[in-house]
Amino acid sequence: MNDNIKTTKKEKNRNEFLYFAFRNRKLQIGLIIILFFLILAIFGPFMTDHKIYAYANPTGPTPPNSEYWFGTTFFGQDVFTQVVHGLRSTFVVGILGGGIGTLIGIIIGFTAGYTGGVLDEILNAFTNIVLVIPTLAVLLIIAAYLDVRSLFTESVFIGLTAWPWVARAVRSQTFSLRSREFVDLARLSAVKPIKIIFSEIAPNMMSYLVMSFILQFGGAILNAATLDFIGLGPTNAISLGMVMQYAVQWGALQFGMWWWFVPPGLAITAIVGALYSMNVGLDEVFNPKLRET
Amino acid sequence: MITLDNISKVYRVGTFGGKELHAVNQVSFNIKDGEVVSLIGESGSGKSTIGKMILKLIDITDGRIYFNDQDITPLKRNELKEYYRNVQGVFQDPFSSFNPIFKADRMFQIIHDEFYPHIDSKPWKEKVEHTLTSVGLNPEHILGKYPHQLSGGQLQRFLIARALLLDIRFLVADEIISMLDASTRIDVLNLLAELKLKGLSILFITHDLSLANYISEHAVILYRGSVVERGTTGKIFNNPLHPYTQMLVASVPRLDQKWDEIVSVESQSTPTGGINGCAYLDRCPYAHEKCETMPELIQVEPNHFVACWKFTD
Amino acid sequence: MNLEVENLTVYYQTLKGKVRALENATFSIADGEIMGLAGESGCGKTTLGHSLIHLVPPMKHIHGKVTLDGKVLPIAQYEEMNPYRFDEISLIPQYAMNAMNPIRKIGQMTGELLRAKKHSYKNILPEFKRRLDLVQLSHEVLNMYPIELSGGMKQRMVMVLSTLLDPLLLIADEITSALDVASQKAVSEMLVEFRDKGFCKSAIVITHDISILYQIADTIMIMYAGQLAEKGPTESIIHDPLHPYTKLLISSLPKIGAKYTEKKLMGIPGKPPLLLNPPRGCRFRKRCPAAFEKCVEVPPFVEVEKDHYVACWKVMEDYDYTR
Repeated sequence: MNDNIKTTKKEKNRNEFLYFAFRNRKLQIGLIIILFFLILAIFGPFMTDHKIYAYANPTGPTPPNSEYWFGTTFFGQDVFTQVVHGLRSTFVVGILGGGIGTLIGIIIGFTAGYTGGVLDEILNAFTNIVLVIPTLAVLLIIAAYLDVRSLFTESVFIGLTAWPWVARAVRSQTFSLRSREFVDLARLSAVKPIKIIFSEIAPNMMSYLVMSFILQFGGAILNAATLDFIGLGPTNAISLGMVMQYAVQWGALQFGMWWWFVPPGLAITAIVGALYSMNVGLDEVFNPKLRET
Repeated sequence: MITLDNISKVYRVGTFGGKELHAVNQVSFNIKDGEVVSLIGESGSGKSTIGKMILKLIDITDGRIYFNDQDITPLKRNELKEYYRNVQGVFQDPFSSFNPIFKADRMFQIIHDEFYPHIDSKPWKEKVEHTLTSVGLNPEHILGKYPHQLSGGQLQRFLIARALLLDIRFLVADEIISMLDASTRIDVLNLLAELKLKGLSILFITHDLSLANYISEHAVILYRGSVVERGTTGKIFNNPLHPYTQMLVASVPRLDQKWDEIVSVESQSTPTGGINGCAYLDRCPYAHEKCETMPELIQVEPNHFVACWKFTD
Repeated sequence: MNLEVENLTVYYQTLKGKVRALENATFSIADGEIMGLAGESGCGKTTLGHSLIHLVPPMKHIHGKVTLDGKVLPIAQYEEMNPYRFDEISLIPQYAMNAMNPIRKIGQMTGELLRAKKHSYKNILPEFKRRLDLVQLSHEVLNMYPIELSGGMKQRMVMVLSTLLDPLLLIADEITSALDVASQKAVSEMLVEFRDKGFCKSAIVITHDISILYQIADTIMIMYAGQLAEKGPTESIIHDPLHPYTKLLISSLPKIGAKYTEKKLMGIPGKPPLLLNPPRGCRFRKRCPAAFEKCVEVPPFVEVEKDHYVACWKVMEDYDYTR
């Protein structure tokens, strides 16, 4: 009987979040767009018979038609195939790179922000050092040593260099939340520090943490696109950035082959934009004060 | 019940922590069972710091604090649970004391999980409702609400209820009504007085003399970290001895008489918190060279102590 | 100088609708009068004070007229109020620390302020210095940054600046709340001195601390939930209030000398109404011990004794008030 009461209470809490989450317009729109691209990324490659780099169209570049939905490149490759495969890479880099960056940043940020003192000073110094490392230069050096660059390596590298921003933001938020009286009250209730961080401070920063992940997700995608664009992308996969690199390299801008660079660019923009919209919506869901009721 | 013995709190400030700020400077006083003691001081006096040191939220730099003859100064995190069953605090800002994204009664759940895990839900719910009613809240209107849906007065009472759930012996009330409206203040104050009659000891931290007089038997006047006067509230207000207390009593706007022509000297600078000499030196109309050394608290009449060289001869 | 306010109604435009923060305020202030404006949070005193000089969105002027010395003030038009601001009607804001530009020395800032109002800093400087002496600020402050001054000093500085052009009406918004006791006394007494010396003709002192008003105000006006409750001479309001709310409010204030054990003070049960959709009629109705059926109509703010105005049907009944 007692267990029933306990679970009902927990269910109610969860249901309330979901209730508001599914009502929120910004969240709905953002989610729909992301889901659309995700489905496209997962199932898209099955919808096309062409290989990524196969010179499918003998006539070279053609605008979109019924056979080649996004048209073909300078070399007659099917843009649609390239884009849907590239979408997969984009999501992998975003989730992996963004995830690693966020995770490291959160751990370091919470520790530094809550503990304060000497540990905070050390972590701070470390964060600042990583922050000023010139990522491009390091990547070039690494690229010179590695024979093969995989998507995984690219993600890890992006994650390992992007976390300082998250760490700083989390640290300063933790600092300000830590001095709030409800944390004092939690300490007066003999709650252990780890528990305080995860049950009092983190939930208050939930939208902040999700925002950090979304920023990292979007940032990782943009970072990867930049790296790919200058030719430092993975050697064994295709990504949206690489498609755009090829497009610009092979004169798509001059020759008006809009179908080559517009779809990938639009896809990146739509995904990152949808992520930001989701975030604003999530803020309203998490913060009762912003709700309409 | 609570004894403070030469408590000090020193902060390191300045570049590379070169300078020292003495927020609290060798403060001693005690609070007996069932007694309300007011700790009176303005901002910068160190009163909140003392409250937090008693609650072990801030480390004590020097001195000892005793709770029922037990030295609690060296207690660390894990050992404090027993202490917190007996000693709790309520703070100034009711809205900041609640985690805004959770419902207000979640803090009762925390108390349950940490201190009473063996009590089942139903008897616990009854205990909670009983405590809420005893502080003048209607459980039906209060439970299940978010903090921003309740008023400041209700939240402060909520916090007092939380402390009472633990069956505490001693409460640190740090400016708990200064953020409330005039009409709700008196209700919360009356609640504290009722609790005192039931045996609770309270350290009532405030800057408002009339509130202190309303509710407490004893008062400690704090200025820039040092105790300048201490004793029975009535004696202090009817016969203020320390120049600072005199200035305080004369400058407080009252509803029964107009300000006298006493010229009060304002502080020209922010406190530097040095420990050389009397803290009131730069504003005192009676200052002379002897004041360069820190005066000791001496008894002038029964239950009335002053720290001022004027009274040592 | 004479301030006449007639049916001033100001609402706040919010996403959830109109918050009726000030409803049909009608009162007047005579030459040389220091009127205290008191009430609890949300009563509308800040709205009233600010609407006289700084009516900006989300505040919205619904209707009502404000006349200063016979001239109608265009309070709803921000640009048209410019010539009146600082010259004839001036404001001392609540947090002096925020009122002064932190990266400007005091002297520089004053100069810019005066030039914006087409006055010469050089010409006003001697008078400025005289006033600094009066408030016991050394002339050195002209070369200091705001951060170098203490709270009390900054507040006095802002007071001198706000009255530099001898305005007719001075609005002081919670000027003592963030100060320690000695500074509070100094600043409050300074306000009276300014009026006595003619640096301002009259003043409205907005505060929630009624005991300060007892010390310095000539008249006190009490507001509740956007409506005027009572206005009268200080002594009457404090020692002989008429409106039920005022009575309860005054009696809930602890005075030095009163002890719980001797005489328990009572508060006012209940909460002020939300102003998004306030109740009809007198807004104190639900908490008022003297409420009766007529209270669903808004009581008019009438003079029941000389210079003593109350908005309460019960009081009007007691005084056999007929219009």
